[in-house]
Amino acid sequence: MTFNIYDFTSFNQWIDKTLYDNLPSFWALIIEMTLIGVAFLLFYAVIGLFLVYAERKVCAFIQNRVGPNRVGPYGIFQTIADFIKLLMKEIIPINNADKFLFNLAPFIVIIASFMAIAAIPFGKGLHAIDFNIGIFYVMAVSSLGVVGILLAGWSSNNKYSLIGAMRSGAQIVSYELSVGLSMVTMVILAGSMQLSEIVEAQRNGWFIFTGHIPAFIAFVIFLIASTAETNRGPFDLAEAESELTAGFHTEYSGIKFAFFFLAEYMNMFIVASIAATIFWGGWMPLHIGGWVGFNHAMDFIPPFFWYMGKTLIVIFLMMWFKWTFPRLRIDQLLKLEWKYLLPINLFNIILMALVVLMGWHF
Amino acid sequence: MKYEDFNDNETLELFKQTGGNLFFTTVDAIVNWGRSNSVWPLTFATACCGIEMMAAGASRHDFARFGIEVYRASPRQADVIVVAGTIVNKMAPVLKRLYDQMPEPKYVIAMGACAISGGPFYYNSYHVIKGVENVIPVDVYIPGCPPRPEALLYGVMQLQRKIQTETMRNPRKQPDVFADTDNK
Repeated sequence: MTFNIYDFTSFNQWIDKTLYDNLPSFWALIIEMTLIGVAFLLFYAVIGLFLVYAERKVCAFIQNRVGPNRVGPYGIFQTIADFIKLLMKEIIPINNADKFLFNLAPFIVIIASFMAIAAIPFGKGLHAIDFNIGIFYVMAVSSLGVVGILLAGWSSNNKYSLIGAMRSGAQIVSYELSVGLSMVTMVILAGSMQLSEIVEAQRNGWFIFTGHIPAFIAFVIFLIASTAETNRGPFDLAEAESELTAGFHTEYSGIKFAFFFLAEYMNMFIVASIAATIFWGGWMPLHIGGWVGFNHAMDFIPPFFWYMGKTLIVIFLMMWFKWTFPRLRIDQLLKLEWKYLLPINLFNIILMALVVLMGWHF
Repeated sequence: MKYEDFNDNETLELFKQTGGNLFFTTVDAIVNWGRSNSVWPLTFATACCGIEMMAAGASRHDFARFGIEVYRASPRQADVIVVAGTIVNKMAPVLKRLYDQMPEPKYVIAMGACAISGGPFYYNSYHVIKGVENVIPVDVYIPGCPPRPEALLYGVMQLQRKIQTETMRNPRKQPDVFADTDNK
């Protein structure tokens, strides 16, 4: 066995082989699934807590404040304190609520984001499952979260929750189109829907550079549409505090509210990592065709750090415009999608097909 | 701030409960650390004290430093209600309902003269609640008309100290702090 931080393939094969050699295949499979589940659970918790802290710090710096700094150095334990508090807080049972759906909704939201994270390549050989229709799977699964949001809004028996959930439904149905079509644009360029192959296709330059103008247009559209899809500002109509109290999670308290809170940040992480994977090369280091020495130097940085770095930069972009732009009205939101983004996107696909057909890309 | 720099240390000592075994005191310490460092206020302001509360959240005073910047609009997710301003007779039932909608553990800060005693409306008025403690139980009083943001910060820090004296064996013990005064 060789543990290599640049390529996890042999390490994974070694674990797989050791388990199957020593155990019946049923138990080996169960143990592998448990290992992956525990790894993702830990990753989920760490990333969720980190992103909440990062959001509060970024918000603070944008508003010329300091942000949390009393708990631990630079306040890094702030979200852990928040989490302990939410865990110990009373969960209020709502009269006249649909009890079953009310309790089910946060789990649907969190399971949807869990399922999406399984297909994301974190490094070479470091993905739980590598579908040949990876992009399609991520799109399908990440939009399941809206079912949880709609259930939360409906079962709370609260007018604000219902309005928030319906807005969220309308928003996701509209913006899912733009997310999908901008992904399709990149699939045309990559020639594959498998995420590992898309990353491999960017060995000699990331798609945002090699894909000419249509790739850049697709990236901007993807950034706008995916922000709307994760219900983040300036598209956070579903939980608009000034109009709807807290939107679909108005009636949730304690740990169930924490689930919604965590799922929102994990959805942002998933969307950012998809953006990093299909536009910025995923875990692929920065390579420039022909520059052998430069490419070799870049290869020394492990792929996981490349991946995390790119994802965090995209997340920072999303936080940046959350704290900069004012919230849209619902009619402006739908107008932006159906009258501007969708036609531009359809035109962009034709442009990309032309670029690929004529071989104009680098 | 250091312990000696606070006022009312002798009152705080009345809240502290000694005893308990190692398990309970350890769990108490962890839970109290979490609760006291993450006090999310309810978005609730009825008068000019609300403007001072907003100033306390803005860049010069920035009470996000203490982990309390997350204003929740829904009472289900809030920990503390800062009664910032005059509570009139019509507002009192609303305030009571908001307090009832908050999940335990919940705290109340009475900010400013109006919330403490009715303030300038104490005499010759038929419409103002003379002290918000007639409606909901108050944890910390912040005097001033309106109090400066620094005073609010100090009040919130006193509340954090008060939360740290809690124990899960007897969660809402209220000692008779006015026992030896005429101010009953």
